[in-house]
Amino acid sequence: MIYIFYFLFFGFLLTAIIGLLASWIDRKVTAKVQYRVGPPLLQPLIDIVKLLGKETLIPAGSSKITFLMAPVIGLASVILVSTLLWINNIYPAKSFLGDLIVVLYLLVIPSISIIIGGFASRNPLASLGASREMKLILSYELPFILAILVTVIKSGFTFRLGEILTFQAQNGAFVRSWSGTLALIVAIICMQAKLALVPFDIPEAETEIVGGPLIEYSGSGLAIYRLMKNMLMFTVPFFLIIVFIGGLRLDGIHLLYGVLKYIGLVALMTVIRNTNPRVRIDQAVKFFWGPMTIIAIIAIILALLGR
Amino acid sequence: MSIKLKALLKSPWVFHLSTGSCNNCDIEILDCLTPRFDIERFGMLLVGSIKHADVLLITGSGNRKSMERAKRLYEQMPKPCLVVAVGECALSRGMFIHSYNCPVPIDKVIPVDVYIPGCPPKPEAIIAGIVKLIEKVKKGTAKK
Ligand code: SF4
Repeated sequence: MIYIFYFLFFGFLLTAIIGLLASWIDRKVTAKVQYRVGPPLLQPLIDIVKLLGKETLIPAGSSKITFLMAPVIGLASVILVSTLLWINNIYPAKSFLGDLIVVLYLLVIPSISIIIGGFASRNPLASLGASREMKLILSYELPFILAILVTVIKSGFTFRLGEILTFQAQNGAFVRSWSGTLALIVAIICMQAKLALVPFDIPEAETEIVGGPLIEYSGSGLAIYRLMKNMLMFTVPFFLIIVFIGGLRLDGIHLLYGVLKYIGLVALMTVIRNTNPRVRIDQAVKFFWGPMTIIAIIAIILALLGR
Repeated sequence: MSIKLKALLKSPWVFHLSTGSCNNCDIEILDCLTPRFDIERFGMLLVGSIKHADVLLITGSGNRKSMERAKRLYEQMPKPCLVVAVGECALSRGMFIHSYNCPVPIDKVIPVDVYIPGCPPKPEAIIAGIVKLIEKVKKGTAKK
């Protein structure tokens, strides 16, 4: 019973609210950077309500069930992963063996759901976007997993999120060490690609392939995708905060620190997004398999040496 | 007014279609997005796909080739949706009124909710037109 409460309240409701807020911060900061006023506070919510009220069109000749199921799969996996993260964050003792690996897998599924939706919609631009998304996943997953491996090594080869958290609570956050800092930098840049923000918004490239995989989605399908993306804007930074910066504590002054950590990461994402041009897909693959992987491997070696 | 329409008025996403304009109207529309006018503060965004759009913004005189496409785009737009015609060309074919290639004005082909005159209209005029459109929907007299 208590798990259903966690699932609905923390996993869905709280994550959605913070995610919507984060996407508003993102749009507002972008507007400020460009000397504009920017949208009002409730704008992301209004967008989703509006999309839910619109007609859902299914393109002729597409595979209907896959087309409609893909956004639901993505949203479900985001809710699951955020539930897991919240439970681990609040009760570190409740974690099970290997939940770090489960989280890593579940974080890939939103991207995979976008790929499935793109291919199911029978549109050449959507297929193009989906294939770019696929290449992007292949490129950033390797350094991302290597960076997460650093925390596994540093916490004494444990695969439980809860133990990683308690280890950090006793010995200080991993980001204070050299290897932790390097790994966090790699992970932040991979996060940028995971959330498909500029410079790695190659699959969605508005100016080239007009929205990419989501081009045929309308009404509630698009609303679910937008909600999923907004929730990912909370979930992925939250995961990094848990494994690198010691989690969010919900008591007293620690709550303030937690909020500051999160807002810092979101602001960093927004600034990166606003100060960079989009790269090509081959440049992205080269970037992730070259410099990023090398930095991640250096971080692993440093972690093995105990730095 | 239902919550559906209320939300629609707070976040109208615009798809911009040119049916053979001289490109001047289109530049004025893009001006609305610049820091000086910033229509994103009303929740408006320019979207690239007709399936995401709530407002179809038409410029140009509507020649024989493009009107077929415009009609198809109108049919593909998820309802409820609105149509705005910008510029003298889109209203009455403007200087192309005697052209062999522009047989009918746009509103004979698809229902237009608001007409914004001018050659090209200023960004202020475009925004004023959108405000009129919002009033119209609130009163319930829009064609939808
Ligand atoms: S109304 Fe004037 S500015 Fe606009 S497309 Fe026609 S000729 Fe060009």
